[in-house]
Amino acid sequence: MSNNAMAPRDQGAPDYTKYLHPLMAKNYGQWDYHERVRPGVLVHVAESGDKLFTVRAGSPRTMSADTVRKVCDVADKFCQGFVRFTTRSNIEFLLGDESKLDALIQEVEQGLGWPVGGTGPSVSNISHTQGWLHCNLPGSDAAGSVKALMDDLIEEFKTESFPNRVHISSSCCQINCASHGDISVIVQHHHVPRINHDNMQICELPKVVAICPAAAIRPAVVNGKESVQIVQEKCMYCGACHGQCPSMEIRDAQTDTLSIWVGGKMSNARSAPTFMKLAVWGLPNNPPRWPEVSDAIKRILKAYKEGGKDWERLGEWIERIGWQRFFEKTGFPFTKYHIDDSPEALSNLNRSAMVRL
Amino acid sequence: MSNEMGSQGMALRTPMLNELESGPWPSFVKDLKEYSKKKPQVVQLLNQLEDSYENKWNYWLGKIINVPGYGGGVIARVSEKADQYPLLANFHTVRIIEPPGWVYNTEALRDLADAAEQHGAGILQFHGMSGDILLLGFDDAGSMSVAEDLMGSGWDIGGSGAAMRTLQCCVGQARCEMACYDTMKATKFITDSFIEFLHRPEFVYKFKFKLSGCGNDCSNSIVRSDMPIIGTWRGPMQIDQEKVAEFIDAKGLEYLIDNVITRCPTRCISVKGKTLKVEDEECVHCMHCINVMHKALKPGKDRGVTILVGGHRTLKIGDTMSSVLVPFMKLETDEDLENLKEFIERVWEFWNDNGMDHERIGEFIHRVGMATFLDGVGLEADARMIARPRTSPYIKFEELAPSRFGGETTHKPQVWNREPEGAETAD
Repeated sequence: MSNNAMAPRDQGAPDYTKYLHPLMAKNYGQWDYHERVRPGVLVHVAESGDKLFTVRAGSPRTMSADTVRKVCDVADKFCQGFVRFTTRSNIEFLLGDESKLDALIQEVEQGLGWPVGGTGPSVSNISHTQGWLHCNLPGSDAAGSVKALMDDLIEEFKTESFPNRVHISSSCCQINCASHGDISVIVQHHHVPRINHDNMQICELPKVVAICPAAAIRPAVVNGKESVQIVQEKCMYCGACHGQCPSMEIRDAQTDTLSIWVGGKMSNARSAPTFMKLAVWGLPNNPPRWPEVSDAIKRILKAYKEGGKDWERLGEWIERIGWQRFFEKTGFPFTKYHIDDSPEALSNLNRSAMVRL
Repeated sequence: MSNEMGSQGMALRTPMLNELESGPWPSFVKDLKEYSKKKPQVVQLLNQLEDSYENKWNYWLGKIINVPGYGGGVIARVSEKADQYPLLANFHTVRIIEPPGWVYNTEALRDLADAAEQHGAGILQFHGMSGDILLLGFDDAGSMSVAEDLMGSGWDIGGSGAAMRTLQCCVGQARCEMACYDTMKATKFITDSFIEFLHRPEFVYKFKFKLSGCGNDCSNSIVRSDMPIIGTWRGPMQIDQEKVAEFIDAKGLEYLIDNVITRCPTRCISVKGKTLKVEDEECVHCMHCINVMHKALKPGKDRGVTILVGGHRTLKIGDTMSSVLVPFMKLETDEDLENLKEFIERVWEFWNDNGMDHERIGEFIHRVGMATFLDGVGLEADARMIARPRTSPYIKFEELAPSRFGGETTHKPQVWNREPEGAETAD
């Protein structure tokens, strides 16, 4: 049904106060402490003594209208209609009545089919991007690779057995919209963009030239048409120009690979936040289940679980034992490509005589 | 109805995707296959996705369409395979501003689901990586009608392009004892105050805010936003010594030493008997000890925020981590919020007057230097902005340049002057 009337513009963010569970509204700003009752279940205790239970479950992030309605049915039955989502696309069912906790968990896991977990030192849901489902730049899928990987890591989602939490992110190109995680998967390209000189008129050429971080793109006339040329030695296959101009195709179904990065951390707890670092490169882009990626991540998780001390995030564990040990313990080869050559490169060398021998 | 032309009778053909139907994690394939009985365009979407899986290739291109009055918020997608999949010829995403903290009631969720189903393919995502609600699969007319429909019931369109983007924040004071300020209120305030900059791209490039109530940074602001606003406190941390003793009784002294005392980044915590002491002036508010002993320890009572600037991912100069811009600002009263608004306007003005096309603020600061940036936005240098002072000696001291090169004539900079002999007072 099309609606031709102009609705009001610039209304801004929704009024969140309408969407607060009554116990949230009542105890807003007056919470005392929280505990993890069991994996996937939190209880927040207010200064008033009120208790609010949270049942956290992994959502697929992408869902049909009918699935959203099924979620609503659960929330209406148990949660007075109130839920929230987390940064990592988990859903949280909010419950005031402790006696209904088991029934709610059963309804979420059996009825809805969504696993309860993702709290504390577990592998939480994976931050991910659009991929082949709906992005214009992807070299791989996102929702599908996340589904495959979380199938393999389901026990790590449902239990809390790591030294600290593990955040995984999965991005379908090097722009990395899913950002840094303890473990991050991205796509990598391996040659210069292929220029469709006959279709460059759809792009703003000065912007195409200006966007190149390596200054590798120059204006050129090709076959009598205005276009650009690429200095092959300078190009680092980043694909910035492809985002600006679809006639500069960077992707290659035959040669694109995946790589795994480790040690990203957003939190300030204990140590300052850190970027992710390269661990494994050259993994095949292998739909529908990307088993090579899954195997490599499981290997990293196993070494971290065995070697990390309480509260150490994955990157903090590696910094303590040293990168040499990380590669030994995981069995991944350390190669010359792991040595940074960015503008930050020198600060990433071992600038000391402190060497494990 | 907008999407009901074209080949109704197409069959699903998804052998590779079918392998994603089984397994314990919820399957979007299973969900969308079931739902495709209602929506022929979802059959075509899955079939095109299957082609992507087979050929490791993507078939979406971008284009630009806008809801009247707005310059962003619709992520338009056209299929390269529209001949084969005519219902994907125009298959856009509409971004909707989420409730701060991602809190919902089922009335709101059903409202979104109904609108997505009525005007388009009925596919929703909670949430995009910028925090928005994403509704997928509208043709041009459907994109307009779903926007009018949802705006008619109080929702608004999200950001895209060279604009302020939709904000995101942690659950904050709604359900967390660690939140040092009202992240939801501040998120709504910034969104509403600058809504024209969210809807009509006029910056040199995108600008993201993310708000977290404490240094645990659950909104991932420090790496993923141009301006993280992170809760903190001044003065003494709150310590309940009785609960410290209970913690030691329950966990043991060794656990306290290994996991609290020695994990403090500034070693400002010590224990004597069963009493914990914190040198508050050395505390950097990292949150670790509070995370471990959250019943015994709490943030102090004089609370506010630390504002950072400049985080973004690789494109173009490499990753930039946000760094401290305002070490502490109160953010409690309406006047505090107005001060924040005025500060944001100053930062934006200098960046947009001097930034280059497609230059994020972190890249801009990298190019012009933080000292120049501070001059531009009217902030004094503060040692809490840096990890360490510069190591390069090549410096243009304005105060020390000869006057013929435009410097001061005095040669007596006010940076530091030796005390006169005998000036020390013996008491």
